[in-house]
Amino acid sequence: MGPVLDVVLSTGFLAAILGVSTPYVLAALGGLLAERAGVPNIALEGSMLSAACTGALVAGYSGSVWAGAVCGIAAGALLALLLGVLHLYLGADAIIAGIGLNLLAAGATSYTVFALLGDKGGTSRLHSGALPSVRLPLIEDIPGVGAVLSGQNVLTWAALAATPVVAWLLYRTRFGFHLRAVGEHPEAARSVGIHVHRVQFRALALSGALAGAAGVFLSMGAVSFFVTGMTAGRGYIALAAVFLGALRPCGVFLAALGFGTAEALAVQLGNLDVPSQLVSAIPYVFTLLALAFFAWRRRRASRTDAAPAPLAGPAVLESP
Amino acid sequence: MEPTEETGEPVATDTAPPALEAVGLGKTYPNGTRAVSDVDLSVPRGEIRAIVGQNGAGKSTLMKLLYGLEQPSAGQLSVHGRRVRFSGPQDAIALGVGMVHQNLMLVPSFTVAENAVLGVEPGRAGRVDRAAAAERTAALAEQSGLAVDPTARVDTVSVGMRQRAEILKALHRGARILILDEPTAVLTPQETTDLFTAVRRLRDSGMTVLFISHKLKEVREISDRVTVMRAGSVIGTVRTEESTPAQLASMMVGREMSLDVAKPPARPGARVLRVRGLSGPAVHGVSLDIAAGEIVGLAGVEGNGQTELVELLAGLRRPTAGSVTVDDTDVTHLDAAGHRRAGIAHVPEDRLSNGAALDRSIADNLIVDRHDRPPVARRGILRTRRIRELAEDLISRYAIRAPHPDAAAGALSGGNLQKVVVARELSAKPRLLLAAQLTRGVDIGAMHFMYERLLEARDAGAAVLLVSADLGELLALSDRLLVIKDGRLVARFDDPAGLTEEATGLYMLGVERHPDERITAGVR
Repeated sequence: MGPVLDVVLSTGFLAAILGVSTPYVLAALGGLLAERAGVPNIALEGSMLSAACTGALVAGYSGSVWAGAVCGIAAGALLALLLGVLHLYLGADAIIAGIGLNLLAAGATSYTVFALLGDKGGTSRLHSGALPSVRLPLIEDIPGVGAVLSGQNVLTWAALAATPVVAWLLYRTRFGFHLRAVGEHPEAARSVGIHVHRVQFRALALSGALAGAAGVFLSMGAVSFFVTGMTAGRGYIALAAVFLGALRPCGVFLAALGFGTAEALAVQLGNLDVPSQLVSAIPYVFTLLALAFFAWRRRRASRTDAAPAPLAGPAVLESP
Repeated sequence: MEPTEETGEPVATDTAPPALEAVGLGKTYPNGTRAVSDVDLSVPRGEIRAIVGQNGAGKSTLMKLLYGLEQPSAGQLSVHGRRVRFSGPQDAIALGVGMVHQNLMLVPSFTVAENAVLGVEPGRAGRVDRAAAAERTAALAEQSGLAVDPTARVDTVSVGMRQRAEILKALHRGARILILDEPTAVLTPQETTDLFTAVRRLRDSGMTVLFISHKLKEVREISDRVTVMRAGSVIGTVRTEESTPAQLASMMVGREMSLDVAKPPARPGARVLRVRGLSGPAVHGVSLDIAAGEIVGLAGVEGNGQTELVELLAGLRRPTAGSVTVDDTDVTHLDAAGHRRAGIAHVPEDRLSNGAALDRSIADNLIVDRHDRPPVARRGILRTRRIRELAEDLISRYAIRAPHPDAAAGALSGGNLQKVVVARELSAKPRLLLAAQLTRGVDIGAMHFMYERLLEARDAGAAVLLVSADLGELLALSDRLLVIKDGRLVARFDDPAGLTEEATGLYMLGVERHPDERITAGVR
């Protein structure tokens, strides 16, 4: 157990957690916004993948990582808006449409990469560059803390900042107010003149943009190239974090951090003499355990607490 | 969107214009159902006007027209003397019309104050000032006498407070005309009293209130005048203090045109249905017999247990006590299929959701109760040709106006869809027919047709239980009549000939009651 503890307690591991958690946090916050607006955004995965691909390609061809990041985020938002068109306007089931978009993103990214670079594996031939890391001049010198916080990617900081910003947006602004009303009781929102679809579209655009930032981090933060299928199900795990975090920004952040920790652990243990198949299963096992725990806790809560009276009509309440 | 004002001139110039005025207002749905026709209504400012009528009388549709939730197909609407046309509720809100829906429109996880201000939140630069919202709500509550806790979450407060929150929501938007749709249906007596106090206070401050109800007692307590609706039309408006319950009741349940049904006297045979002490949801200790070859009518103000009683007898609900037998088969604990095997047919009152599968074909709907046996099925395989023959036969015999047996049932008009249900149920040659609201929403021609088929079934030896909101129809068709109130039988007429709608109405509304011995005489 000694070597494992050494790894877990090292500052390098703590720094790795922040880095590895970044895409989970960003995508999960995106999933949260859509979910609270009443549209389950299964297409997080597709948004991440298309953003990762678009970002690396645009950065590689234009030579500007910032142009790449912006285009990547826009690609993520665009895919989410496509989900909005399919689900809200054309009435397609959000889950089915979302899965379809994820498959589309997987196919379209590998096709585009192959068509442009003749490489089925990714964009490693292209010199895309990565988004800069942020060095913190004074904090850097503090032992322990410095090594964890300094040198993190700019998007990791964005992820840390995004949590309070999303919370502020949801609970303090008129937009967030309408968004929650629309997600919880669309009829009530409509009856006071709120344009339900308009609010949902905006929520989806933000959701896709956040997932896009998560994707951009994968191809332009953690590494500097795109690999086909590099999201590896992170969008789905982020969606699990949305529910595990009980649909609240802070809870979602912690849940995402938890998944990030599991993945960081898997990466670190990979250096030790532990079977690699076992190690790479850690994040997924953790996801299942966390979801089971969440369901168990919720069931217990609903059994002990008096359930709030439903907002029912006379049909229910009039019977003697 | 701004409301379109056709003319800026007041409609009435001699006195102050009424707060709300409708002239010749009508609503016909695309499937031909005429929910409201030629309604004239004029409500002066500062009046509490009750709109009463049975379910299906058109009250709710009229309110939807007044609130812009639906657009009229005929007539005009004026608010404070200005002609208006609402394209949606937001237009009505902009002109000071507020509505409290029967199913409250509140976001459960929001506080009372947040719900009250939703859509017009105080605050600057895109932010919501929740403190200001709570203050504003508290101030409005103080002014109007609608006591609420502004900072409590809606899903934790009582139904009464939810309703007050809903009214505050309308006040916050500056409503000068308030529509309350069956507001007391969900309230306790104490909450009702409080609501009435608050509504009077609003009236005294100049608010015009439309109060929808079918409870005469409350209407007489709260309103200044009463408008009675029946079958989509306004029957009349009376001053509350000058009206009597009997008068209102007869206006509510009467019918203007008599339906001449040639009805030969019944020749009742052996007992078919035997119900003893039947209890279940909303039904309490009902005992009755129905013989072969007689039609027993069940009258009652809607919502007094008749729906539940029929569903108990059809096997769609489970009784908590009592027994039901049909021709010596004890069906008390059988499921719906068991009830059908015992010879019970059921024309449900809500045929759109329970009587037919709208996205399936007419033929499928016609055979759904017999799809598992000959002649339409053999060894578990459906025989398409037989199904088609049967469907075509029923379509022609019941004069169903359908393009094709394979057309979707949902494409039919209300009357023709009802014919599909009736054709299926009657062609099963039932021992007992449960017919609920047989003619609701169908035109006069189809009505006559239904009556003839019903009498045919009776004369062929079926026992018939007829439930209807249309008292005239019940009196015309019933060989015996029972009255139900609050889930109990309260009157029994073994010879309803000569019985008037007014007299029956008194029993339906609980003004009079038969002794139990009379109701259960011979029922052992």
